[in-house]
Amino acid sequence: MPERSVLWQEEDTRPYECDGLTAYRRVPMVVALPETEEQVKQILETCQALGVPVVPRGAGTGLSGGALPPGDGVLLSLAKFMRVRRIDPVARVAVVQPGVRNAAISDVVAPFGLYYAPDPSSQIACSIGGNVAENSGGVHCLKYGLTVHNVLRVRGFTIEGEAVDFGSEALDTPGYDLLALAIGSEGLLAVTTEVTVKLLPKPESARVIMASFDDVEKAGNAVAAVIAAGIVPAGLEMMDKPATLAVEQFVHAGYDLDAAAILLCESDGSVAEVEHEIARMEEVLTAAGATRLTVARDEAERLRFWSGRKAAFPAVGRISPDYYCMDGTIPKKRLGEVLKFIGAMEKKYGLRCPNVFHAGDGNLHPLILFDANDPDQLHRTEAFAGEVLEKCVQVGGTITGEHGVGVEKIDQMCVQFGAAELEAFHAIKRAFDPRGLLNPGKAVPLLARCAEFGRRHVKPGVQSHAGLPRF
Amino acid sequence: MILDELQQRIRDAAGRGAALCIRGGGTKDFYGNAPRGELLDTRGHAGIVDYEPSELVVTARCGTPLAELEKTLAERGQCLPFEPPHFGPAATVGGCVAAGLSGPRRASAGAVRDFVLGAKILDGRGQLLVFGGQVMKNVAGYDVSRLLAGSLGTLGLILEVSFKLLPRPPAESTLRFELPLAKALENLNRWAARPLPVSASAWRDGELSLRLSGAESAIRDAAKKLGGSGVAPGQAAQFWTGIREQSDAFFAGDAPLWRLSLPSNAARVDLPGEQLVEWGGALRWLRSRGEAGAIRAAAARAGGHATLFRAGEKPQGAFAPLPPVLARLHRGLKQAFDPAGILNPGRLYAEF
Repeated sequence: MPERSVLWQEEDTRPYECDGLTAYRRVPMVVALPETEEQVKQILETCQALGVPVVPRGAGTGLSGGALPPGDGVLLSLAKFMRVRRIDPVARVAVVQPGVRNAAISDVVAPFGLYYAPDPSSQIACSIGGNVAENSGGVHCLKYGLTVHNVLRVRGFTIEGEAVDFGSEALDTPGYDLLALAIGSEGLLAVTTEVTVKLLPKPESARVIMASFDDVEKAGNAVAAVIAAGIVPAGLEMMDKPATLAVEQFVHAGYDLDAAAILLCESDGSVAEVEHEIARMEEVLTAAGATRLTVARDEAERLRFWSGRKAAFPAVGRISPDYYCMDGTIPKKRLGEVLKFIGAMEKKYGLRCPNVFHAGDGNLHPLILFDANDPDQLHRTEAFAGEVLEKCVQVGGTITGEHGVGVEKIDQMCVQFGAAELEAFHAIKRAFDPRGLLNPGKAVPLLARCAEFGRRHVKPGVQSHAGLPRF
Repeated sequence: MILDELQQRIRDAAGRGAALCIRGGGTKDFYGNAPRGELLDTRGHAGIVDYEPSELVVTARCGTPLAELEKTLAERGQCLPFEPPHFGPAATVGGCVAAGLSGPRRASAGAVRDFVLGAKILDGRGQLLVFGGQVMKNVAGYDVSRLLAGSLGTLGLILEVSFKLLPRPPAESTLRFELPLAKALENLNRWAARPLPVSASAWRDGELSLRLSGAESAIRDAAKKLGGSGVAPGQAAQFWTGIREQSDAFFAGDAPLWRLSLPSNAARVDLPGEQLVEWGGALRWLRSRGEAGAIRAAAARAGGHATLFRAGEKPQGAFAPLPPVLARLHRGLKQAFDPAGILNPGRLYAEF
C-alpha cells in the first residue's frame, strides 16, 4: 500500500470514529484506503492471516453504526473506489465502484434518459457500496423496490481475499441466490468492490399531491385507502406537524402548517396515465377526510415538496442538539395504533418525537429529540427507542426497514428472533467468514448477549419453540 | 397435526441419515436433477393464513394449490406479479418458491424472490425457523427468505411464505410484429429503455409478440408509438398461457429443452436447434440435441448460463457448474441448514 493510503495517527483516524450514528464512537487502530482490487485482496489476506478484524466503510452515512470501527483492527474505506466503469444504455446497466454516490449514478446516466431508482434521503452523500450493505430503500420503493430489486451483480472479496461474483448481467444465476443474501448483509459476508446496477427509463411525467389532514390517524387510514383502491403510488410519504414545522423553517417546502399531518402522494408514468391516477388519488384522499389537496403546479414545486421530505433529518437536527432516528416497519393497518403509542412514549419519557414515514411501505422514521450532553436524556432516548421497536415487532413488523441493525439495534434482534434463527444467522456467517473477522459484533447478537439483555423474542403468530434452550 | 408430523419425519430421517424427497403436487419433478429419497408430501400443510388486500401481502402454507391462491387474489383484483408457471393443476405454493421459476412478466415486474417477504421453514434438523415477515421492508438479519427461492428444497422444507402483491393491471393488449431475431432483440432492448408499459415478450418463428399492461390510456398511447398488429384478447390470453405453461407448440417434442439466461442484449446465440426468446431478450429457450458442454460454453461466453430444463436424462447435471469459491459457499450454506444432507440431496448439485 502506498503510504498515503494508510492512516494510523490519531489526528488522521479520529474522523473515522463513527458513521451517521454519532452516539457510538471508537477510534480505529488503522484506516486503510485502498485504490485497487489487488490492494483490497492483500489487506484481507493479511488480516485473515493475522486474525485482525476488518470493518468496511462507504460514505459513512449509515444510521445504525454498521461502520463503527474496530478498536483493534482495520477500518477498510472504499472511498477511493469512485469510478463509473461502464454504462450500457442498451442493456440498461451501469457498472460502478462502491464509492460512487447514489445520486451520481442517476446524474451520469441521465443523458440516456435512464436513472437508478432507489433514492434514500441521504442520496447526495451515500455510496452504492453502503446501499448494497444496508439494502437501502428510499421514498419511491413501494413501486420501484429496494436495492435488492435494482442490483444485478455484486463483485466482492471474501475475508480470505478471494474474488467472487454474486449475480450477473443475466437475470439469474445457477445455484442459490447469493446476491439476495449479500445485499443487506451489513458488510459481514464480503467486501464489495464493484456493483452492476439496473437502470430504468425515466417516466415521461411525474406529479405529486400534498394532502392535509386534521388528524394523524386519518392520514394513516388514507394511506391504506389509496392502496386498497388498487393504486400503487410512485411515492407515498407522511409527515406530522412537528416534522413539517421543522422542515418549513429549514427549506421552505411550502407545506401546509395548519395540518396535523400531510401526505405526499406521487404518480408517475405517461402523461395520460398520471392525469388519470392523480384524479383517482384525489378522489380517495378526499373520501378519507383530507382537508386540503394541493397538486404541485410544476416540476419546480414537485421537487420542492420532495426536498422538504428528504431534508427532514437535517431539519430536525436544527431544532435539537441531537436526534435519534428509528426505522421500524409495521403493517399499514397498525399505523394509527403505533402513532398513539409513540405519543404516549413522548409523555412517558418527556422527550419530543416528530414523525416522518415512508407510509406506503409502513416504514416509520420517528425522530427522538434529545441532548447527548445530558446522560439522563440519552438514557431515556434509548429506552424510548427500544420500546417503540419492540412495539413494531409486537404488531407484526420489524425493528429495521432499511437502516440496518449495526450496533444500534443489536439487542432488539433478541426480541425479533429466537435462538434458533440467530444461530442460523451465525451459521451463514461461518460459511463466508469462519473466523468472524468481517465487521464483528454487528448485525447478529451472540446468544449470550441476548441472555444478558434478558428479553424473549415476541414475534407474533409463531409457536413457541418447545424443546429449544431459552436464552 | 401435520406440522408435528413433518417435523418428526425430518428428525427421524436426520437421525438415520436417510434422504428425503420434499414434494408438493409434483408438477416440477422434471426440473433440476432427478428427485430421490423417501417421499415427504407437503400437501397436507395447506391454506391461506392471512390475506390483507390493503397491505398488498398474502401469507400461504406450502401445500396451498397455486391455482387456489391466484384465484383468491384475483377476486380482490390482485396477483402474484411474477406470473409463476404452474406446469399442471397440482402446483403448490411451496413448489413455486422452491423452484423459483418466474413467468412472462419477469423482466418487467421481477422474479419470485423479488416478491418473497418472509418464510417459515423446517431446517434439516427439523427446527422451525422464521425469517423476514409480512412487511415490505425488512433488513433485520440476513435475507434468508429470498435465498429460499430457487433453492429446490435443499435448505429447508418451506412451510409458509408471505408474498408482496400488486394490483392486476386494469388493461392488457398484445401486439405482433414480423421480425427476424436480431431485429427483434434490437427493438426489445430499445423499447425497454423507454417508459413503455411492456409486460411480456416472446419471439419465435420470425414473429414477435409483445404484451402491454397498465392503464387503458397508457396502453393506447404505447400501441400508437409501437405499431405492429393487434391480437384479439382471447387469442392473446391463450398465447401467453402457452408461453407461461409451456403448452405452446414450441415446447412439444422430445428434443432436450435448454434454458439460457443471458444479458438481454446478447447477440443471437449460434447453436443448432430452435429458439424461443422471452423476457426482452434475457431468456432464450433452446430445443437442441447439441452437446451440453458446447451449449454451456456458448451461454457463458454470452455472459449468462444454461440450464438443462427438460430432458430424458441429465448426465452432465441440470445446472451449470459453479466456480470453486461459489461452490464452497454453497456447501457451507447447505451445512448450515441441513448438516445431515437429507433434504432433496443432489437435486440442485450432485455434491450436496
